[in-house]
Amino acid sequence: MSEKGQVLTANRLRDGEVVFLTRAGTWSENIDEAALAIEKEAAAGLEAQGAKAVAATLVTGAYLFDAERKDGHVRALHIRERIRTLGPTVRMDLGKQAEGTAGAFAALD
Amino acid sequence: MYRYDEFDHRFVAERVSQFRDQAARRLSGELTEEEFRPLRLMNGLYLQLHAYMLRVAIPYGTLNGKQMDRLAYIAEKYDRGYGHFTTRQNIQYNWIKLEDTAEILEKLAEVEMHAIQTSGNCIRNVTTDQWAGAAADELADPRPVGELLRQWSSLHPEFSYLPRKFKIAVTGSPHDRAAVRVHDIGLRMHLNDKGERGWEVIVGGGLGRTPFVGVTVRDFLPEAELRAYLEAIMRVYNLYGRRDNKYKARVKILVHELGKEEFQRQVEAEYARKPATNVELDVAELQRIETYFAAPAYEELPKFSTGFENARIQDKEFAQWVKVNVAHHKQQGYAIVNISLKPEGGIPGDATAEQMRVVADLGRRFSFDEIRVSHAQNLVLPHVKRDDLYTVYIALKAHNLASGNIGLAGDIIACPGLDYCALATARSIPIAQGISRRFADVKRQEEIGPLKINISGCINACGHHHVGHIGILGLDKKGEEYYQITLGGSSSDDAAIGSILGPGFAADEVADAIEKILDTYLGLRTGPEETFLLAYRRVGEKPFKEALYANH
Repeated sequence: MSEKGQVLTANRLRDGEVVFLTRAGTWSENIDEAALAIEKEAAAGLEAQGAKAVAATLVTGAYLFDAERKDGHVRALHIRERIRTLGPTVRMDLGKQAEGTAGAFAALD
Repeated sequence: MYRYDEFDHRFVAERVSQFRDQAARRLSGELTEEEFRPLRLMNGLYLQLHAYMLRVAIPYGTLNGKQMDRLAYIAEKYDRGYGHFTTRQNIQYNWIKLEDTAEILEKLAEVEMHAIQTSGNCIRNVTTDQWAGAAADELADPRPVGELLRQWSSLHPEFSYLPRKFKIAVTGSPHDRAAVRVHDIGLRMHLNDKGERGWEVIVGGGLGRTPFVGVTVRDFLPEAELRAYLEAIMRVYNLYGRRDNKYKARVKILVHELGKEEFQRQVEAEYARKPATNVELDVAELQRIETYFAAPAYEELPKFSTGFENARIQDKEFAQWVKVNVAHHKQQGYAIVNISLKPEGGIPGDATAEQMRVVADLGRRFSFDEIRVSHAQNLVLPHVKRDDLYTVYIALKAHNLASGNIGLAGDIIACPGLDYCALATARSIPIAQGISRRFADVKRQEEIGPLKINISGCINACGHHHVGHIGILGLDKKGEEYYQITLGGSSSDDAAIGSILGPGFAADEVADAIEKILDTYLGLRTGPEETFLLAYRRVGEKPFKEALYANH
């Protein structure tokens, strides 16, 4: 069974690393740890937390994207976000996919 | 090569310290992202899909070994061991940290490099013929004018906040290798009956979402008037360019909305006011700059090089590489070596730090310490003795730098696309790789002949798909990548914008489609001398359309 919702992502300010907001309110490099907001209100809550983190200069460019949770893993619905959570499809030796922090899916799945 | 004077050193050093302060203020929270964004962009620092991206300027694509070594050092120390050479003869790093950037800029400044004006609504890095100063067909080296324009446009207070970005290309050759007709301003050198140099001024070319071939507003502008005249163009643009709409803000829109005659009239009226009176200063400055671009100390060499000829006979692969990748030099006994950054299945324009060092070393040993970056995302050793060609080839081959495909089907121009770029709508690189593998056989590429395949991953057209003989544009259709094919574009003397052939293709169908197009071409051409572009212009799109869509 899969749940569909939204994940809040941003880039960590100091190094640009792609990060996701977790349920604990921290930022993780791993999409599997992301909070998935099913309801609109929950998504707005994530956005509000994101705005605070932006103001606190932890991250920059926060935005929501559509995702689903299946078997405990979070997967981005759009290819752009899947590539962003994995790394370049043409350099599997780079990015999260090479660092063990990638999602449990492939860019083209 | 141009060397920084005291002023250049000071201003670049000042910029580094300014940026160090700006980045520190951003990290401490004193500056918001909205405040910081234009400041980082003025120093070439973007935020891309995976991380920050730093674009470093390589003025008119010319650099020396020390600079190339420094680019390799930055790739290794601050990035992931590689860099991407771009269609503006620059280099981009994809995994840069904001907290390292000031230090990187400092390392660049030490070798007279920077990232200023590689982004933002200003006059960008001036590009030129990658064979400048070496090409057999050249009238004169265009780089002194490139440098003059670089100095003029760098931090020019009036032109730092233009309606939109502004790109200038310069060529000193009758065979345009700098795509001057598809730039905001393209300058093309001509000689008059007295042998004096003048410049054809072309304005309003450009690609992106609204592609145009530029119009000639002056056929022969005396060289001494060049800066003042360009200033008049910039003023008209600065005043009337569409600041209300980002998508209509480039000078090409102004030129084509006003019409050539009216735009020309306004420029001439502004020029007639003679706001810039120090024309003589330009001439003296140009002469000063020219001394930096004096021809290297060539040896007097015979036309025939025995060593070279013997190597050609003994090593067929070398002979093939020479045929495709080596061009005529103006100096007898020398040759221009084009180094393809398009190995079979590779990423167009990418080079590892090790490859950069190899090229730096070869440049020092065999090319008077000069290296070029081409807008086709390749590298060039401009002045190699024919006697040394085999040694250079063997060294290149050992580092996967000897692909013999310059100007052929494998020499694909591609933007980074969705694999790296935050604006992209589809991936470009895998499409390039697929085509590159499909046409890996050099013999097949040669049979097809001169061909430019250009791939962009979005409508902004960084891969210049509009001017590819075959252009491919990646788009997003409900979350799926699909690719539109255009035919008949050219960025050269016969500049033209390609036409869309028909409905798009899925990613895994593109290589097949290109193959069908090329098989169709091979079947209908009058002979090998009729290139793909000529054949297309003769027969039009119909046979290609039929071949592609018959069963669709």
